[in-house]
Parts: sequence; structure tokens; C-alpha cells
Amino acid sequence: MKALKFVIPLAVFALLAAFLAVGLTRDPRQIPSPFIGKAAPAFRLEQLHDEKLAFAPADMRGKVWLLNVWASWCVSCRVEHPLLVEMSKSHVVPIIGLNYKDKRDDGVQWLARFGNPYSLSAFDVDGKVGIDYGVYGVPETFVIDKEGVIRYKQIGPITPEALDKTILPLLKTLGA
Amino acid sequence: MRLLVAIVAFGLAGLAFGQASEVAHPDAAVEGRLKGLAEELRCLVCQNQTIADSNAPLALDLRNQIRTQIAEGRSDSQIREYMVDRYGDFVLYRPPFKASTALLWAGPFALLLFGAGIAIAIMRRRGRARSVPREDSKARAEVASLLETRDPARRD
Repeated sequence: MKALKFVIPLAVFALLAAFLAVGLTRDPRQIPSPFIGKAAPAFRLEQLHDEKLAFAPADMRGKVWLLNVWASWCVSCRVEHPLLVEMSKSHVVPIIGLNYKDKRDDGVQWLARFGNPYSLSAFDVDGKVGIDYGVYGVPETFVIDKEGVIRYKQIGPITPEALDKTILPLLKTLGA
Repeated sequence: MRLLVAIVAFGLAGLAFGQASEVAHPDAAVEGRLKGLAEELRCLVCQNQTIADSNAPLALDLRNQIRTQIAEGRSDSQIREYMVDRYGDFVLYRPPFKASTALLWAGPFALLLFGAGIAIAIMRRRGRARSVPREDSKARAEVASLLETRDPARRD
């Protein structure tokens, strides 16, 4: 009975410590997305480089593709950018940019300076499409399958680890 | 003193900003409903603030989105659903009760019951310990005799 007096607080402490330890390893910005397994919301936007051309996700039917949300004002976009440029060179999948709440000139200049990995960039000047995609932390990247269903969402920059362990294997299973 | 003036001045400047309206012609009814909704929705950029409190650009966009939807005649629950569709239950400061949130809702009450159980157990035990044998009881006599006889091996 006396031992129980020590064991109970110890057990409670261990439980609490375990919960907190797990909590420490998790990123509070990673919120489970309600979009996984759902159709990518439709939109129609001007293209960044040519306002006369439009883009709609329906144009990509039958292809596995990435939708990467970026902006020239977004600092962490620069972190993942070389990775996207590298990826575009190997032509794994088409990468479509969603230029989010940016100025057209700034966006075009940014791509000229750091390289353009995008097949094209849609120009979401007021961020309405961003809202429809639940964007809250640029950069974000969606993996969309041949049927136009969102299969994965990366919040924040794509890390080499996420690319190798999650995104590339997923693209393979989707038949890219 | 100068520091104090500076602090007060900054405070007042903040108030002035706070009161500046986001829209050119605010409609009292719309703003009232917006406030009620926005205070129950979490800003995803600064996660411990509501959409009503936050100055993040996304929060402003979402407030404007809510204004538009109110103007379109959508109900509060439709607007809430719109937000949940995009950002998940996480945006709601009062998430619905379901399997994934059961621990969240029931957890505190479970802990309370657990704590109450321990407290009751301890109180019962203390109550029992305090019941001292009565003066004329056999146990008492036995204790007295034990206290009287000294252990010869022990040196006091």
C-alpha cells in the first residue's frame, strides 16, 4: 500500500511526460487537412506571365501534378525553391504555381532571378483561390492525381526528407 | 516621465488603429454577426488568436469573406461549414463532439473523476486511521504493555 503512494504520482508523471514529449516533436502548424481525398476545388485564373491566358485545374485531368502556392514576398519559398527547380529538370511531374497575393511584376522578376520550375503560374491576386484551398502558410504544395483528387498536402517548404520519403513515393504509386 | 508619455502615446495610437474600420461603410448588423462568428473561429496564422482579434492578412481576408457571405444571405452555420470545409475542425474554438475529439471533450471530466476518486480514497483512509482504540479496549491494553516492556537488546 505504501509503495502505491509513490507509484501513482510516478505513473501520472510518466504519462504526462510522455504526452508532452510527443507534443514537442509535433509541429503545431501541421494541421490535418480536410482536403486529402477530396476533389481539388475548381477555379479559373489568369496566368502570371500572360494575362490573356487562363488556367483551370480541369486542364490537368489525366495527369498527376503538383500545385505549389508561392509568392515573391514569401521568405520560406526561397528555401524550397532550389528543390522545385531541381525537380522540374527531372520532369517527374508538371508543377503548376499558384502565385498567391502577389504583384505581377514582383512575381515575374522573382522567377527570373531564382529560376522558374513551373509549367505555368496562376495569378491569385486577391487570395480567393488560396482561401478555397485552405492555404494559411505559404509555401504549400498539393499533390493532385489523375482524377483531380488531392492526395497530399505539404504545409511549409518541401524538405528533402519530405520529398524523398513521402512525395516521390506517392507520385510513383499514383503512376506519374 | 518621457517614457511614460511615450507608452501612453503608443497605447492611444493602438486604440486609434483598432477603431479604424476595415470597410468604407460598415453596416452595424453585418459587423455584429461578423463579430459573433469571427470570435469563434481560430486564425490559422497566429493560432492562439481568433479571426476577430488577429491582424494577420489571412484573418482580414477571412473577415471580408464572412462579410461577403453575410451580404449574400448565408446563415451562420453555412459560413461555419464553409470554414471547416477549408481548414478543418481546427478553426472552430468549439469543435463538434466526434470520435476524433472525444478525448478533447471528455478528457478533463475523466481527469476530474479520477482526481475525485483519489481524494475520496485518501479521505476515507484518514478517517479510518483517526479512529483510536477506546481506553478500555483490549487493543489499548496490549499497546500499553508493549510500550512498558523494553527490548533488552536495545540501548536507549
